[in-house]
Amino acid sequence: MTAVGTGTDTGTYAPKPGAAPLPRMIAAQAALETKMLLRNGEQLLLTVVIPTLLLVLFSSVDIVDTGSGEAVDFLAPGILALAVMSTAFTGQAIATGFERRYGVLKRLASSPLPRWALMTAKTASVLVTEVLQIALLTVIAFALGWSPHGNPAAVVLLLVLGTAAFSGLGLLMAGTLKAEATLAAANLVFLLLLVGGGVIVPLEKFPSGAQDVLGLLPISALSDGLRDVLQHGAGMPWGDLGILAVWAVAGLAAAGRWFRWE
Amino acid sequence: MRTEPVVQVQALVKRYGGKTAVDGLDLVARAGVTAVLGPNGAGKTTTVETCEGYRKPDSGTVRVLGLDPVRQSGELRPRIGVMLQSGGVYSGARADEMLRHVAKLHAHPLDVDALITRLGLDSCGRTTYRRLSGGQQQRLALAMAVVGRPELVFLDEPTAGLDPQARRATWDLIRDLRSDGVSVILTTHYMDEAEQLADDVAIIDAGRVIAQGSPEELCRGGAENTLRFTGRPGLDVGSLLKALPADCTAAELTPGSYRVVGKVDPQLLATVTSWCAQHGVMPDRISVERHTLEDVFLELTGKELRA
Repeated sequence: MTAVGTGTDTGTYAPKPGAAPLPRMIAAQAALETKMLLRNGEQLLLTVVIPTLLLVLFSSVDIVDTGSGEAVDFLAPGILALAVMSTAFTGQAIATGFERRYGVLKRLASSPLPRWALMTAKTASVLVTEVLQIALLTVIAFALGWSPHGNPAAVVLLLVLGTAAFSGLGLLMAGTLKAEATLAAANLVFLLLLVGGGVIVPLEKFPSGAQDVLGLLPISALSDGLRDVLQHGAGMPWGDLGILAVWAVAGLAAAGRWFRWE
Repeated sequence: MRTEPVVQVQALVKRYGGKTAVDGLDLVARAGVTAVLGPNGAGKTTTVETCEGYRKPDSGTVRVLGLDPVRQSGELRPRIGVMLQSGGVYSGARADEMLRHVAKLHAHPLDVDALITRLGLDSCGRTTYRRLSGGQQQRLALAMAVVGRPELVFLDEPTAGLDPQARRATWDLIRDLRSDGVSVILTTHYMDEAEQLADDVAIIDAGRVIAQGSPEELCRGGAENTLRFTGRPGLDVGSLLKALPADCTAAELTPGSYRVVGKVDPQLLATVTSWCAQHGVMPDRISVERHTLEDVFLELTGKELRA
């Protein structure tokens, strides 16, 4: 161990500056962000507990009419969409909003970590969390009798585009509103989209005029696309992918334009 | 020691909305410890944050280690260490966790365990940042500024609100940084801190540097000093005044207690004592009051309260 002395041993602090290699910085940042998220009780409630409860509850109790077939076949794709939204949008918005408020983003901005690398690390952390969520929810859904169909590539593409769309919107909110406002708004949006985005309530239950509008939401596109593939074995759901791509481009561009670091 | 400046600010102007925070500020800081003093709202933090690359000058130029902090930020950031006035840490992170993380962003960091021990942060244990005491949070921010072995560290009010022990530990660390060749730019409200630590002091007011020099130079120059002695009551002050240089004043404040105000140097002391000898006066309790940095500061920036 190097002794950090009391002034008698000189040279301990002698300058030897340098940035760590980029992959190491990004890995360290992503690991820390993931650790912070998994340590946070409210975040776990949002990303793990609520989706799991909804999946179990609505699959086993006949509360909502989910159409013909097993309830879990309708619900599982919607819950996967909800899991993506909870992490990429709600969780990321709240965490980033408070990092901005408490000067974490500011402090990191003067560290050797470039801003783009910080954003890359955040994305990596979101993806790691989603993989954990999806693994858990998939196991539970199988236990409830889920029988998914379709092309895994289409599923991955939907999840990735959905993540991009929700990340853009979450970061836009975190980078422009006050942390408390982000906290409130992100939770409210989560709740509204949970109800009105085809997650557990089929969009067909809404009046037809409302359906057209609700169908354009990123959560509806994601849950509808996942359902087309996983429940009905459809090919590439181009319409839903298109909607998600538009949200992703618009959200990320707006976040890039208006995000304030302090 | 005339080395290349570590910080060079020329004619810096920075406005927020209609308010001018920094108004044509010039500052040169060389190797060693430079203290930036000024009343609240004088422009200290804005100046330092411009050097750190956080703010873009409205006009003027800023060079830090010869680099433009905004356009050459990628090159500059690994070479500097930054301690913000507050915050900068994930609220759910432990002290050692955050410090280890910042160390991982650098190529040749200090030994984290040793730094933790040195700054007394081992007492933080598993406590997360939001539950640390203000002093622990300050020391963690200081540790984060130095862990990457920078050439230059910016410390924004590093001892604000610290208890005397923590303050001393911070001072000791700053002295060690200096003796190991790390340059330090430090903003502070504490005059004794600047007097103790700084090779060079810049006093900022209303967005400009109004005085700069070593603490000794600042205390010597401009400000008048005081010589006091006691003796028999009712001495002839007029005769004393005639013996003194023209710009001095002398007065008997209370019976037997005399005060001479002026440029106090060995010559003046000799003049007073020989005048006393001529008049058969034993000057008792003769004392010279050197002006402190605080006197100079208040003289330059005024005594009224600032917003």
